[in-house]
Amino acid sequence: MPLVTEHGYTPDDWQTVDDEAPLPTAGKVVVPPARLDEALAVERLRVGVDVAGGVPLGNLLRRLTRIDLVRLRFDSFSDGRGFSLARQLREAGFEGQLRAAGHIIADQWPLLRDCGIDEVELDDALASRQPAASWREAAGAIVGSYQRRVTLPAVRPEPFAQP
Amino acid sequence: MYRYDDFDDRFVRARVAEFRGQVERRLSGELTEAEFKPLRLMNGLYLQLHAYMLRVAIPYGTLSAVQMRILAEIAERWDRGYGHFTTRQNIQFNWPKLEDVPDILERLADVEMHAIQTSGNCIRNVTADAFAGVAADEIEDPRPTAELMRQWSTRHPEFSFLPRKFKIAITGSPNDRAATKVHDIGLRMVRNDTGEPGYEVAVGGGQGRTPMIASVVRDFVPKDELLAYLEAIMRVYNLHGRRDNKFKARIKILVHELGLKAFSEQVEAAYEELRGRVRVDPELVRTIEAAFAPPAYDHLPEASPTFGRAYEAIPEFARWADTNLLQHKASGYVAVTVSLKPIGGIPGDATSEQMRALADAADRFGFGELRVTHEQNIVLPDVRTDQLLALWRHLVAHGLDTANRGLVTDIIACPGMDYCSLATARSIPVAQAISERFGDPDRQQAIGPLAIKISGCINACGHHHVGHIGVLGLEKNGEEYYQLTLGGAPEGEAALGKRAGPGLAAAEVPVAIERLVDHYLAARADGETFLQTYRRLGHETFKEVLHAVGD
Repeated sequence: MPLVTEHGYTPDDWQTVDDEAPLPTAGKVVVPPARLDEALAVERLRVGVDVAGGVPLGNLLRRLTRIDLVRLRFDSFSDGRGFSLARQLREAGFEGQLRAAGHIIADQWPLLRDCGIDEVELDDALASRQPAASWREAAGAIVGSYQRRVTLPAVRPEPFAQP
Repeated sequence: MYRYDDFDDRFVRARVAEFRGQVERRLSGELTEAEFKPLRLMNGLYLQLHAYMLRVAIPYGTLSAVQMRILAEIAERWDRGYGHFTTRQNIQFNWPKLEDVPDILERLADVEMHAIQTSGNCIRNVTADAFAGVAADEIEDPRPTAELMRQWSTRHPEFSFLPRKFKIAITGSPNDRAATKVHDIGLRMVRNDTGEPGYEVAVGGGQGRTPMIASVVRDFVPKDELLAYLEAIMRVYNLHGRRDNKFKARIKILVHELGLKAFSEQVEAAYEELRGRVRVDPELVRTIEAAFAPPAYDHLPEASPTFGRAYEAIPEFARWADTNLLQHKASGYVAVTVSLKPIGGIPGDATSEQMRALADAADRFGFGELRVTHEQNIVLPDVRTDQLLALWRHLVAHGLDTANRGLVTDIIACPGMDYCSLATARSIPVAQAISERFGDPDRQQAIGPLAIKISGCINACGHHHVGHIGVLGLEKNGEEYYQLTLGGAPEGEAALGKRAGPGLAAAEVPVAIERLVDHYLAARADGETFLQTYRRLGHETFKEVLHAVGD
């Protein structure tokens, strides 16, 4: 599915494996939380985990070290729980790729970035409605952040991601 | 007051440009109406019954004479020559055209104003005691903290898509004039055992269809950790607040359903995570505090002979001085409330001409600063006692001399069915009829403090739940009717009113209120206010006098 990064629309080299399908022996896969242990056991696999819309992170926060990608689902663009989940992951020290997926509009892109999200995965319909220019303009619309301004640069990890 | 620096200026102008683009993308179809809606709301733009409505932020109710003049200009150029000051210390323009809105926002940006977060499911414009910085009873001026919260909450990346709107109110005084207990978060400045100033934090108050008084979730948060603590509350709410039902999505429902103890444990856990990370920049705090340093007051004696002579000679002036003044920190000064509640008028409305007259008054009789109160009046915070007569004459010339602060005709009313798409009944004509009925100034003064608040639907924008007498407009089978509540109070010992009596037709409301007032006047002990008599005698005796109304 279409993927937006800071460079605009970008090919997605991660493969989603659902509850049933066999795991590949190498490559990059995103799995449901229930298959996380199984996937991590495959030596040459890079592993991402899928977090359903707004679900509390719970134990995931304590086992981030070998996870390379977390995908946070947004069931609706107006459901802002994913923003908090993203910051919680970064505050817990997660340094891998952080992806938002689902119903997201370009106007949210800079806010997502400030919460530590690197990329956005969209379905084809949403992507075709929102050309690369919209994401670029949204990213550049507002320079600076009041949150970075009012707070001191924190001991790592940063509370608000740097642009 | 706080002045924008380059950062603020760039930010606000960038927001205008961003909104221009969003309007274009909506018109091109790139954005659906559902997607555009929260974006326009976060820029203060509502779609009302007859037209768009633009709500302009007046942060913590403080504005300059220069800004007031631009509001007057906007009302003239893009609206119908008037504006409506709201219970959230903002101003609303009722008739702008969508295509004009970016230009209006641009003009606002010229004078350090905006409409950001006056609506939408985000942290709304912070409200504060309208007498902040000047009231004699204050521990500390809350405006620096209010400004800090304005900055912190502006386009907060984590909290821009909350379950529902979020309102924060702050007071620096033990006499809570900011109605903090009916806000999502109410902050009250206190000192801890070592004398250090900080905040008592109350959560989960609110009006609307499920009115609740806020509960104290923490007795003391040090000033420099306030933002971390607020983020903790916001995070718990953002993650766990209900999103399945719009009417149960406010934080008060979360606090109620979890229980205060469980809610507070979650907040404390989040606070532990955040307190080391979200640390306020003390340099910025100092800059903000400096902006609110007291103006250069003249050294004056407490009493003014000029004032004394005028007070003795002119009864109308004396009456106004008795009702519309508040004691000031500085000797020889008072804070003046200019009532926007002329008898028979529309509560909170001001014409462009009146706005300019207010701006002139602020320049001539103050330091060029004004405040908007949550009672929908205007405050001139720093008036020399010996200039009160000259000020009063100026106000008389512009129809701004109504002597009724806190009295029965100082009515709060929402726009109601005359403007609002949510309303189920009209509010303004009811307010006008009550005002006419009690218009006699001697009678008002004899009745004493009495707060009547009118909402045109259960969303309670007219704060009827906290009216000493509340009036709620409803609708049944196409007919408007009104339900009274008694004994509410926004401040001090905050209380929600209790329902009383049958539904009333609009024309019966003034009659019913008159009966309540007569009952109070007959039963009151020496020096007792309506609310005190009500509390002493109890709900039932007042309720009984309503039964005959409408028979």
